[in-house]
Amino acid sequence: MSGPRRAFWAVLILIALGLPFIDRNSAHISAYVDTGYIVLLALGLNIIVGYTGLLALGFAAFYAVGAYTYAFFASPQFGMHVSFWLMLAGGGAVSALFGVLLGAPTLRLRGDYLAIVTLGFGEIVPQLLQNLDKYTGGPDGIASIDQPRLFGFSFGFNPVPYYYVCLAVLAISLWLLNNLRHSRLGRAWMAIREDELAAAHMGINTTATKLLAFAMGSAFAGLAGVLLAGKYGAVSPSGFDFNTSIMILAAIVLGGMGNLTGVFVGGIIIGLLNSLLLPQASNLMHALGRFTHIPVLQAVDLNQYRFMVYGGILVLVMLFRPEGLIPSATRRAELRVQHHDAVVTGAGAEHMAAQEPVV
Amino acid sequence: MALLSLREVSKSFGGLIAVKELSLDVEPGSIVSLIGPNGAGKSTVFNLITGIYEPTHGDVVFAGRRLNGLKPNAVCAAGIMRTFQNIRLFAFMTVLENVMVGQHARLKAAVWDGALHTRFASNEDKAADRKAMELLEFVGLEAYTSFWARNLPYGMQRRLEIARALAGEPQLLLLDEPAAGTNPAEKDALMQLVRSIRDRGVTILLIEHDMRLVMGISDEVHVLDYGEKIAQGPPQAVRRNPRVIEAYLGKGA
Amino acid sequence: MHQFLQQLINGIALGGVYALIALGYTMVYGIIELINFAHGDVYTLGTYFSLTILALIPLSTITSGPELALVAVAVILLAALLCGIVGVLIERLAYRRLRNAPRLAPLITAIGVSLILENIMQIWKGTSEVPFPQFLPDRWHTVAGVRFDDRSLLVVGISLFFMIALNLFVFRTRLGAAMRATAQDRDAAQLMGINVNSTIAWTFFIGSALAGVAGFVSGLYYGTTFFLNGYQAGLKAFTAAVLGGIGNITGAMLGGFVIGIVEAMTSQYISDQWTSVVVFSILILILVFRPSGLLGEQAPEKV
Ligand SMILES: Nc1ncnc2c1ncn2[C@@H]1O[C@H](COP(=O)(O)OP(=O)(O)OP(=O)(O)O)[C@@H](O)[C@H]1O
Ligand SMILES: [Mg+2]
Repeated sequence: MSGPRRAFWAVLILIALGLPFIDRNSAHISAYVDTGYIVLLALGLNIIVGYTGLLALGFAAFYAVGAYTYAFFASPQFGMHVSFWLMLAGGGAVSALFGVLLGAPTLRLRGDYLAIVTLGFGEIVPQLLQNLDKYTGGPDGIASIDQPRLFGFSFGFNPVPYYYVCLAVLAISLWLLNNLRHSRLGRAWMAIREDELAAAHMGINTTATKLLAFAMGSAFAGLAGVLLAGKYGAVSPSGFDFNTSIMILAAIVLGGMGNLTGVFVGGIIIGLLNSLLLPQASNLMHALGRFTHIPVLQAVDLNQYRFMVYGGILVLVMLFRPEGLIPSATRRAELRVQHHDAVVTGAGAEHMAAQEPVV
Repeated sequence: MALLSLREVSKSFGGLIAVKELSLDVEPGSIVSLIGPNGAGKSTVFNLITGIYEPTHGDVVFAGRRLNGLKPNAVCAAGIMRTFQNIRLFAFMTVLENVMVGQHARLKAAVWDGALHTRFASNEDKAADRKAMELLEFVGLEAYTSFWARNLPYGMQRRLEIARALAGEPQLLLLDEPAAGTNPAEKDALMQLVRSIRDRGVTILLIEHDMRLVMGISDEVHVLDYGEKIAQGPPQAVRRNPRVIEAYLGKGA
Repeated sequence: MHQFLQQLINGIALGGVYALIALGYTMVYGIIELINFAHGDVYTLGTYFSLTILALIPLSTITSGPELALVAVAVILLAALLCGIVGVLIERLAYRRLRNAPRLAPLITAIGVSLILENIMQIWKGTSEVPFPQFLPDRWHTVAGVRFDDRSLLVVGISLFFMIALNLFVFRTRLGAAMRATAQDRDAAQLMGINVNSTIAWTFFIGSALAGVAGFVSGLYYGTTFFLNGYQAGLKAFTAAVLGGIGNITGAMLGGFVIGIVEAMTSQYISDQWTSVVVFSILILILVFRPSGLLGEQAPEKV
């Protein structure tokens, strides 16, 4: 790691460890924890979209699978009460399994078809959760889910222990992902992203490797789902819709696809925006409105504009800074260069020719 | 026994017969060339060997094993590596990373080795790194390890593709027009390179349009026209073969 | 049997709407290989435009048949025009720059545009259902025990009219030929002197205008809409386009009717809440097992 990057992470770790002492507002701490879950989701999606170059859209479905898995195994719903810690692994594994089940038949599809299939899956899962109310509690979901316990102490609704658990999970995830990125598997993922056919000729089993990306990405989402279900003690289908999927996509696009630091930062920005900044900013506007006697400001609800913000991020970043805020070096080059080709049209023809599946 | 044998291999695309009942043997340790006018079906032969296409008829046999129906990654694992007529490097990975990916089939680190950065993975990666450096020196690219593949000039990209293919420790190397688009000096260097690859014990099947190069290094030449073999033999004999001359002149080449 | 026929009528009416939307997906995909994610929202925008225009017309003073027909035609054309303009703007601002970028890039901006449109409609008319003015007389017909009203007839009639018009346009006019040529091979088309940029812009205009028509028609049919309507409707229409073989105009129309009928039958014989699951399962199955669509092996005639 380079000097500045090392310093960045050192400062970040210090802030992260001390945050609950700096900011003692428990609503804030809770929002930080939710932000952490978004980061975890973004790290998972980044394996699929950023490293392997597969656009998966219905990612929140895997989040739902993790959350409901924990809800099934640790609530009065089926009378089972498996330990939260065990289910962290269990939820991840079940999500990974779903990733494989969806990925196995679909991963050979063209990129944009894959996007639509995963989107369709992302629509079906919340619908199933709604409709199969005998098992899932329907639109109300499942409540009274066991909250985690450690050394006989129950976490309950105090956000601080969740905060540190989330921090630990994130730290381990980052370490694993950084290792993976520089491993044989990580290189294979990127080779597939660059040229799938050439990758196959290097002996990479592209189907299995893509499936592995899908499974691992989904496992991260499942893990986040278990954490979420444990923290709130309740789950319902509404938190796992398309909007959630898009929020995660916006996080990795904003931060920079394919780059861990970037995705981490993107996840934090989007997560904070979602759980803290927009509501806070609305309150600020209201106060300002009362102070200045401007009724419009008093009534404004910035949460309403949330999707304009995400949509705007997707469009503007893709158009003007496709590599994201903190891109990986290679990804930046790739997106920039192709941009350049697009602008200096005429080179377009050669570019198209180079993309033909001629071998 | 021949290292590679094609036995009456045919491949048709819809109505077009791209390769017709082609039989061909490549002896171990030799340099065999496949020539023919544009569209003769040469690259299709490579694609049939490496598993991009499956033969409509006939067998591809490598080291006594039938390859029909194997996927490209399995063909690679069996010991065949190739380069592409239209360079297909991992454009936005570094030169070194390209060669590391080339070793994929020879590395053994499992997923968890990589994820946990075990001693095994770390040692294996270091060795792979050294081997990649050695290969880059061999093809003369040791000064460019941290360049993106796409930023190399054309001739160097061709050599990088060769290094990447060698990284897979092939018994048989398929080169599809390695000299295309290179200047005469580069062509000479390439001829040397191909010879020294053979001297490392790698058998070579070469597609090439440059006759000087083909005649200079081949042990045997096969000539395709419209998917059919029209001549075969030592370079000098093939060069004088009237059917070959006609096939080339007839196409104005 | 009676129920079946009744649902068949409903399905066909619904299918007309999906078919009109599916045409836009298929045309745009045919020409630039982009799944125009915002297309479903342009359709909802069509409903919003229509109901806004209708609110400006003193409908209660108009009673004669011909006058009502005139109002309907005027509103349709205006909504189509406005949606067409929106479509062209989207292409110009969000997609054109990325035409040669990796395919992920425009797909991601398309999703972004979709979110922005939805948010605009949400702010415009709120999050609750928006009523669509019912200006046609409530007239019902019974044929062989099956009841249907003027609206169903009109919905099917308008959809068919525009589909036929589109077919004539694509296969009988110069611009239509330019579109087909550009879809086949953009560079060759350019060399032949076709203005590729304007051809693509026209494709967006026509596809979006048809979505505007669909928006009017569905407002009339359902009597209500809301800002997120286009998301699911768009996805279903996309399913229709894929079913018919994406890029294939006739296929998109047939696919639209198939999806409409499947949806109507599902709600009759299974349950309303399962329609999305059924339709999206069809989407996944088709893409997995027959990605070229149901219409057969032949390469789809691209727009
Ligand atoms: N996937 C394919 N589908 C249809 N036709 C193909 C396909 N691949 C190759 N062909 C056709 O098969 C014939 C042989 O092509 P091939 O690329 O093998 O020729 P070649 O000898 O390598 O020519 P060149 O010297 O130009 O590289 C050509 O007519 C080509 O158009
Ligand atoms: Mg060739």
